[in-house]
Amino acid sequence: MNVTKQQILDWLQAVTQTISENKDYLTELDAAIGDADHGINLDRGFQKVVPQLSQLETKDIGTILKTVSMTLISAVGGASGPLYGTFFLRASTAVTGKEELTSTELADLLQAGVAGVIQRGKANLGDKTMLDALSPAATIFAELVAKGNTTVDALQQAVQAAETGMKQTIPLVALKGRASYLGERSMGHQDPGATSSYLILKALLETITSDSKANKMNGVK
Amino acid sequence: MKKLINNADDFVRESIEGMALAHPELIKLHLDPNFVYRADAPVANKVAIVSGGGSGHEPLHGGFVGMGMLDAACPGEVFTSPTPDQILAASKAVNSGAGVLNIVKNYSGDVMNFELAAELAVSEGIKIANILIDDDVAVKDSLYTQGRRGVGTTVLAEKICGAAAEQGYNLKQLRDLCRRVNLNGRSMGMALTSCTPPAKGSPMFELGEDEIEFGIGIHGEPGRKRLPLVEADEITEMLARSIIEDTAYTRTLREWDENKEEWVESEITDPNLEKGDRVLAFVNSMGGTPLSELYIIYRKLAQICSEQKIQIVRSLVGPYITSLEMQGCSITLLKLDDELLKLWDAPVKTPALRWGV
Repeated sequence: MNVTKQQILDWLQAVTQTISENKDYLTELDAAIGDADHGINLDRGFQKVVPQLSQLETKDIGTILKTVSMTLISAVGGASGPLYGTFFLRASTAVTGKEELTSTELADLLQAGVAGVIQRGKANLGDKTMLDALSPAATIFAELVAKGNTTVDALQQAVQAAETGMKQTIPLVALKGRASYLGERSMGHQDPGATSSYLILKALLETITSDSKANKMNGVK
Repeated sequence: MKKLINNADDFVRESIEGMALAHPELIKLHLDPNFVYRADAPVANKVAIVSGGGSGHEPLHGGFVGMGMLDAACPGEVFTSPTPDQILAASKAVNSGAGVLNIVKNYSGDVMNFELAAELAVSEGIKIANILIDDDVAVKDSLYTQGRRGVGTTVLAEKICGAAAEQGYNLKQLRDLCRRVNLNGRSMGMALTSCTPPAKGSPMFELGEDEIEFGIGIHGEPGRKRLPLVEADEITEMLARSIIEDTAYTRTLREWDENKEEWVESEITDPNLEKGDRVLAFVNSMGGTPLSELYIIYRKLAQICSEQKIQIVRSLVGPYITSLEMQGCSITLLKLDDELLKLWDAPVKTPALRWGV
């Protein structure tokens, strides 16, 4: 099953909703080890994405993701603005001109995005950052797709990997970002960036599975 | 929360609007994206200096825009870095064609937003140099953290590089000069109280009546350790010793290489302070500490330097890089040579720093 342009637009809508619903939760997580603005900043950014979605319906997926990137870069600020901005920018260049994505192309999109985050943030796995959720998810998705799993199957396991990675940040000592100044005082707290990354991937899974369920009910294969 | 504000969401905009109205002969304001720039920008044939960061550190950076210092400053939200489109717009507004030097405090958000802005500027044909300031000795190593934070030396680098740009230094010379100022400056700060960002409405951290937070940055983030409150002389002693006894510090910093057109990392080490060194001593208020107390700190600092045979040849005392209304102070010692001294003494005319004109 290919991921359609409409599903990408629905995903962005779903991300906006989940970030908005979890705004206070993300900010609380950030208050413990950062500067208490992660939820507020991300919500501000995605709220500016939504009004643009209707104008993007005629554009290709690459252009859609690039618009998301530029919007986040200019509206979010902090560290998460350039990091998520770079994620969507690199993701967009991996799917330039596409109207729908095969599972391999979706794998390329995720991996390009993660490579951008690594390059921009210079973080390693286990540094207690968004990478701890994003990276295992992108890796396992690509592996499963290469083995022939369906997009939905692979994405289900990728989201599980992101959730595990997110939870595994709890005992870690932060080595990047503002939490790193706390040293061992950052232990025992879940990383807000890994949490928002998990929410973004979960929204993608939910968008795609709700569509495939709806299709089955309508008798569409 | 008790503050002289109208609406927390308008805090940054109304503050920079007021500053622009107060100093129309020196600065102009561009809104959306927000930046403050020299009234006479772009200055022909001069390298432009652009800085910026979260708001809440006033007068840094907007108060340092003007002749002999910054060409533009980009204020972000309180304690949140400015965005790349903002920095790009400011760079375009002040670039005379001689290029733009970005002076960036080493915080992950500032670093990433300025890097993205630099890439966008380069793609539009603007020559860029990007220098990080990381002078805060409270952060012990760079291996396990983001590295040392940019604090007091930022003010001194903006003044010195601003003077050099005015005297015709080219972009490469300015980049080397700014890096040298950073390597020769060291700072340490402490807080007596926390501070309250308007949008947050509550203090950044809790601090008891008889406690101090030692080794703070400038964003109300907790410091290296929490200690019982002691006398000013003892606090000065702890701050000064942290700086003077700090050993050589090696870090990897990323700078834009204009020939390769990519980011290159280089390892640089700063020198220790040694007996016989000449320094600029900068005693800074975190916003809520009055000048009278800063001079009590300065008095002891002068004694300590004299005992250590470190010669204070210039001083700066006052609130220049603050954390909103936080009470507390920081000390910066900048090792000077003849060139830095001459540039420090050169004329400057900005809302917050003015001499020789």
